Amino acid sequence: MSQDTIYFFWDCLQYLINGIAQGSLYAMVALGYTMVYGIIRLVNFAHGEFLMMGAFCGYFALKFNLPMPVAIIASMLGAGIVALIVERLIYRPIRGEGRIPALITAIGASMFFQYTGQLVFGADPKTVRPVFTEVVYNFGEVNVSNIQIFIFFLTIFILIFLWWLTHYTRIGVAMRAASYNLKAAELMGINTNRIIAFTFFLGASLAGLAGILMGYTMSVEPMMGLSLGLKAFVAAVVGGIGIIPGAALGGYIIGIAENMVSGLYKSSWRDGVSFFILIIILLVRPGGILGKNSKEKV
Amino acid sequence: MDYYLQIISNIGIFITLTLSLNLINGYCGQFSLGHAGFWGVGAYASAIYGVYFALPVDPMINMLISISVGFSAAALCGLLIGVPCLRLKGDYLAIATIGFSEILRIIIMHTESVGGPRGFTNIPKWTNSFWVWGIVILTTIFMLNLKRSAFGRAIISIREDEVASETMGINLFRFKLFSFIIGAGIAGIAGALVAHDQQFLHPNNFNFMWSVCILVMVILGGQGSVSGSIVGAIILTLLPEILKLIGSDISVWRMSIYSALMIILMLTRPQGIFGPHEIFEKKRFAKKLQKGAA
Amino acid sequence: MSLLSIKNVTMKFGGLTAVRDVSFEVGPTDLIAVIGPNGAGKTTLFNTITGIYTPTEGSVTLDGSPINTKKASDITKLGIARTFQNIRLFNNLSVIDNLKIARHTRIQYSFFDGIFKTKKYKVEEAAIIEESIRLLKLFGLEDKKDLLAKNLPYGAQRKLEMARALATKPKLLLLDEPAAGMNPTETKELSNLIHFIREEFKIAIILIEHDMNLVMQIAEKIFVLDYGNLIASGSAKEVQSNPKVIEAYLGAEIDVEAH
Repeated sequence: MSQDTIYFFWDCLQYLINGIAQGSLYAMVALGYTMVYGIIRLVNFAHGEFLMMGAFCGYFALKFNLPMPVAIIASMLGAGIVALIVERLIYRPIRGEGRIPALITAIGASMFFQYTGQLVFGADPKTVRPVFTEVVYNFGEVNVSNIQIFIFFLTIFILIFLWWLTHYTRIGVAMRAASYNLKAAELMGINTNRIIAFTFFLGASLAGLAGILMGYTMSVEPMMGLSLGLKAFVAAVVGGIGIIPGAALGGYIIGIAENMVSGLYKSSWRDGVSFFILIIILLVRPGGILGKNSKEKV
Repeated sequence: MDYYLQIISNIGIFITLTLSLNLINGYCGQFSLGHAGFWGVGAYASAIYGVYFALPVDPMINMLISISVGFSAAALCGLLIGVPCLRLKGDYLAIATIGFSEILRIIIMHTESVGGPRGFTNIPKWTNSFWVWGIVILTTIFMLNLKRSAFGRAIISIREDEVASETMGINLFRFKLFSFIIGAGIAGIAGALVAHDQQFLHPNNFNFMWSVCILVMVILGGQGSVSGSIVGAIILTLLPEILKLIGSDISVWRMSIYSALMIILMLTRPQGIFGPHEIFEKKRFAKKLQKGAA
Repeated sequence: MSLLSIKNVTMKFGGLTAVRDVSFEVGPTDLIAVIGPNGAGKTTLFNTITGIYTPTEGSVTLDGSPINTKKASDITKLGIARTFQNIRLFNNLSVIDNLKIARHTRIQYSFFDGIFKTKKYKVEEAAIIEESIRLLKLFGLEDKKDLLAKNLPYGAQRKLEMARALATKPKLLLLDEPAAGMNPTETKELSNLIHFIREEFKIAIILIEHDMNLVMQIAEKIFVLDYGNLIASGSAKEVQSNPKVIEAYLGAEIDVEAH
C-alpha cells in the first residue's frame, strides 16, 4: 500500500472520530425534537432557540466565575425553564388548532428568540471562558481530545438514562402512553398537560446541555440555534421522528457524513450533505430508518 | 418617490407569490415550506437569460421571454421535486420541501457563473409596473376561474378529504402534481419580476425564512381565499415599512415585532382574515348561514 | 351476465388475512347485504372492490373487465361508487359543491375552457348545477344546498353522501353501514330510500349493515363474512336458518333478532 493510501485511511478515521463527537451533540438536540414530536406531533422549530438560551445561561455563569458543573446545570435549567414558559404561553393554547397554525407559531417563537436575542445579547459571537484545558491524545495519526471523549460518553449516559426513565419510572411510562395515544392516556387519568410540559423541559434541558458544550468548543451567539436546530431536526427525521434511539442514530449519521464530506471533498458542502441525506431517507423510507410506515385506515 | 415605487412593486411581487403558494397550500392542502426555492430558481433562470442570452430586441419582448424562462425553470423544478415528494403527507412533505429548497439554494451558492455566494449582479432592468401589475391581474383571474371550474373543485376536494376525493374519480397524484407545477411556475414568474426589478440576486434572499414569510401571508389572508392572499401579501409587505416609520430603523426590532405578531395572529385567528372565503361572497355567505340555522 | 364478479379474493396485511378466498357475483339490479361480526372483513372487502386496496390474490371484474389492479379513481369512472362507515364529506364545502365534485369524471370541457370561461364551460356548468339540484330534490336536500356540509344534521349528511355517490353515475353503489347511528324512524325512511334509489337509477346496491331488521327486510341476497371467510350466502330465510351463521354470528346477536 502506498503512503498516500495509508494517510487517506488515517484521515478517514480522524473524520469519523470528529463526526462521532459532533454527531453526539446533534443526537442530544435531536432527542428533544423527537420526544416532543412523539407526544404532540409538533415540529418544534424553537428547539434550536432553547439550545441558544441554555448556551447563554452557561456563558453568563462562567463569566461570573462559577465552576463548570454549575454552568452546565445553569444551561440545562435555563433552557428547560424557557421551554416551560413557551409551552405554557404559546403551544398549549394553539394545541388542537391543527398542524399549520402550530407550526407557524413554532417558527414565530423561533424567530422571536433569534432577533430578541440579538437585541439583548448583541449579534456578535462570544467566546466562553475556558475552565479546563483541552488535552489532545494521539493514537497513531489520529487526534482525540478529552472534550470529544467526554461528549461521547455523556451522550451514551443520556441515552441509557432516557431508556431507564421511559421504562422504569411512572412519568416515563406515562410519556410513552401519551405518545401512543394522547386522548386515551388522558382518559386513563394521566395529566397530559403535565406530561407534555415535562417532555418539553426534558428535551430543552438536553438541548441546553448541548448548547453549552457546543459554545465551549466554538462560541455563543443568538443565531446559533438556527443551523444547529435544523441539523438536529434532520437527524431526528432521518432516524425516525418520534423514536428515541432513532434520534441518536440520525445524529451520528449526520455528524459523520458532514465531517466526511467536508474533510474529503469541500467544507462548503457541509450544510448541503445533511439535506441530501434527509431527502434520500424521506423518499426511500418516509418514516425514517427506525420508523414504520403505516397505512391509513379507511 | 423611488422608495414608494419600490414598495408598490414589492407588493405586486408578493401578491403573485402568495397566490401561487395559495394554490398548493390553500386549494390543494399540500403543506409546502420550500416555496422560496421555486421563487429563487425562477429568479436565477431569468437572470441568466438576461445576463448571458438576452436578444437584441425590445425590452418588452425580452421580459416576456425572461418570464417564460422563469416560469419554465421553476415549473420543471416543481415537476422534478413533486413527483417523488407528493407521496409524502403533512409534516413529512413540509420537511422534504424545506430540504429541496435548501439544496437548490446551496447549489446556487456553489455556482460561480451566477456569482455564487457574492450574488448575481448586472441583471438588466426590464421590470416595470406594467409587468408587475399585469402579472398580478392575470394570476388573480387565473386563480378565481380555476376555483370555479371542475379542475379547481377537484383540487379543493383533495384538501378536504383525500380518500373521498379519490372515490369521486379524482386522480390525486395528477392534481397534486398539477398544483405543485403551476404553483412553482407562477412563483418562478415572481422570480423573473424580482430579478429584473432589483437587478441583483443573492442566494440567501431565497432561504427558508422567505418560504415562511410567504406561507404566513397565505395564512394571514386565509388559506384557499384569493382575496385573502392579496390582502395578506399587502399587509405583510407594508408591515415592516410601517414599523420602520413608527420607530427605530434597526431591522432587528422589526423582526422581533414581526415574529411576535405572527404568534399573536395564530393564537387569535388561526384561520386567517377570510377563512377559505372571498371578500364578495362573505356577506351572502353569512346570510345563508343564518337562514340555514333558522 | 353478472355486473360484478369477485373470484377468490384474498387481502392480507402483513401476517393478518382480512379477507380470505371470497367469491361471489352481483347482477345488474341486485340488492345485496354483506353482514358479519365486527372485524369480519366487510369494509376491507369494499376497499378491495373500490380500489383503495389492491387485493393480494384473486380478481374483481366489472362488466367483464378486470378492475382489481386499477386505481380507485379509475374504478369510480368505470361505475362503482361508495359511501363510508364514518361519513367522509367535503366538510368545508357547500352541499351543492359536494355534488358538483362528484361529476368530475363526466366533465367534457377542457382545462382552458374553465380558465377562459368559454361557452362550452358555461353550458356544461349550468347543466351540472341543474342535475345536482334535481338530485338534491330527490333526497329532500334542495333547501340546504348552500349550507356547508359539516353544518348538516347527521341524517342529512348520510343522505348527502349517498346523493354524492349517485352523482358519479354508478352502475353499482356500495353503502358502508348506512343506518349506523340512526333511530328506528330514520332507518325505516332509509330502507324506503334504498328501494327508491334502485328503482329510480336501475343500479345494483351492496350494503354492509349491522341492523338486522333492515337487512332482512330489504336484501334479496345476503352474504355472511366471518374472520374474512364467506361462510354463507342466500336469501334472508336461508341465511337465518344456516347453522354456521347462527353459530358464528346470529347466536351472539339473537337478542337483536327479538326486537
